[in-house]
Amino acid sequence: MRSVSIIGAGCTRFGERWGDSLRDLVVETGIMALEDTSVSGEEIDGLYVGNMSGGRFVEQEHIGALISDCAGLSRLHVPSTRVEAACASGGLALRQGVLAVASGYSDVVIAAGVEKMTDVTGGVAADALAAAADREWECFFGATFPALYAMIARLHMHRFGTTREELALVAVKNHHNGSMNPISQYQMEISVEKVLRSPLVADPLRVLDCSPITDGAAAVVLAPTEVARKYSDAPIKILAAAQASDTLALHDRRDITTLDASVYAARKAFSQAGLAPKDIDLAEVHDAFTIGEIVAIEDLGFVEKGEGGKAAEEGLTAIGGKIPINTSGGLKACGHPVGATGIKQAYEMVLQLRGEAGKRQVEGVEVGLTHNVGGCGGTALVHIMSR
Amino acid sequence: MSTVPRFWRHIPQRYNLVGTHCEKCDEYYYPPRTICPNCRRNAKMEDYKFSGMGTVLTYTTIYNATDDFKRQTPYNLAIIELLEGPRLTGQLICSPDEIKIGMKVKPVFRILGKEGDRGIIYYGTKFVPVEGSV
Repeated sequence: MRSVSIIGAGCTRFGERWGDSLRDLVVETGIMALEDTSVSGEEIDGLYVGNMSGGRFVEQEHIGALISDCAGLSRLHVPSTRVEAACASGGLALRQGVLAVASGYSDVVIAAGVEKMTDVTGGVAADALAAAADREWECFFGATFPALYAMIARLHMHRFGTTREELALVAVKNHHNGSMNPISQYQMEISVEKVLRSPLVADPLRVLDCSPITDGAAAVVLAPTEVARKYSDAPIKILAAAQASDTLALHDRRDITTLDASVYAARKAFSQAGLAPKDIDLAEVHDAFTIGEIVAIEDLGFVEKGEGGKAAEEGLTAIGGKIPINTSGGLKACGHPVGATGIKQAYEMVLQLRGEAGKRQVEGVEVGLTHNVGGCGGTALVHIMSR
Repeated sequence: MSTVPRFWRHIPQRYNLVGTHCEKCDEYYYPPRTICPNCRRNAKMEDYKFSGMGTVLTYTTIYNATDDFKRQTPYNLAIIELLEGPRLTGQLICSPDEIKIGMKVKPVFRILGKEGDRGIIYYGTKFVPVEGSV
């Protein structure tokens, strides 16, 4: 197995991009990623794209061929594969790209993610997203995505004393970070009071506990580490690419307040990298809902189980804290174009590790972790990368 | 719009809470599983009809639903642990203030939803509090 590095990265502005189609977003991010490296089109010998639901959101499937075509690579006949694991589709594309290069089957691979979500109404989007849950045994009875995370939150609060304010503080922190990120969907800060006054979606979760509907795309270019310096002055080395799965339905989990897929993916990733949670300088985690970040930092081993609620309040997870979480603004503030999120997390990590993250730069970072979840924990991906 | 078989094929499980029981490891499953995750190929599965009596493990009240459920908002959704051990997701018919984690519930047969004004009406199990348990 060969060591793999990121030699280029790009990400579109996230938001309600009414003027742009899925194709426009793909082209925009592809150009950005390729301009970030000296690789030529002829050298690309594989494409992976994470996309959750082109079929529901823009009535377009066959996204693999589409992105190769849009990227101007159709005449090179490069193999192009769409992968799907709901909101973890982007992380999955990254891992598939890493496996392709590590195995020697491919040399230069683009791992991308894209989702165009605002071409349908809110109700249709909510139903498309609910397809990440168990359609027959959860959604059939009226479950929505926020409702499943609300039930995780309710039990976490009951069992560990996590408070409504602690949930709100995750959103407040991530909006603060997002306000310093030029690609972020939300550029404004919010207060705890504003979160607590926002309308209920699924009790105890309110609108400002939830990540938004977003259009966006992101891409990274991968190559063997041994030749990475040929294409980039600042390649980022992938130390681990791990994936795990769990039951589709939340009710079948061993423990409702733990995402075992995250626990197992993290365990595998730390073992691949030969590192422990204490060695990680910062992380992008899957905060589709505020409770998601609290559970994630527990499951990844940054804090003890049940202690996640206190982290934001104590400043542990802030920029300058012990383990800064979601410097990009996370899914909450930066936005969550579901198929693109896993790649955007890698993009943020590339910027941080290169020291190019501007006002939200964390000082002295060597090793970063990204954590991408599909559904409410049916799939989890954990990547660890370093300078 | 869905076809009739989509709803019809799950009538036994949704109308009567029929699941499975693995004789080998004595674990109960609802919804039914063909393969026991404990024993896999060595499993010995049989059908099992649950009484539907259980307790609330966690719950929420939904204010913002998908288009199919919009007319029902707000409604309660809970994860219910059946007496035999398996858990399921279902609606809980009562005031949100009445719900407590650990509360005992029993099943009732109800309309779950309909696909528009002319579409299929589908039925299944919802839950109500067992009186005196609150």
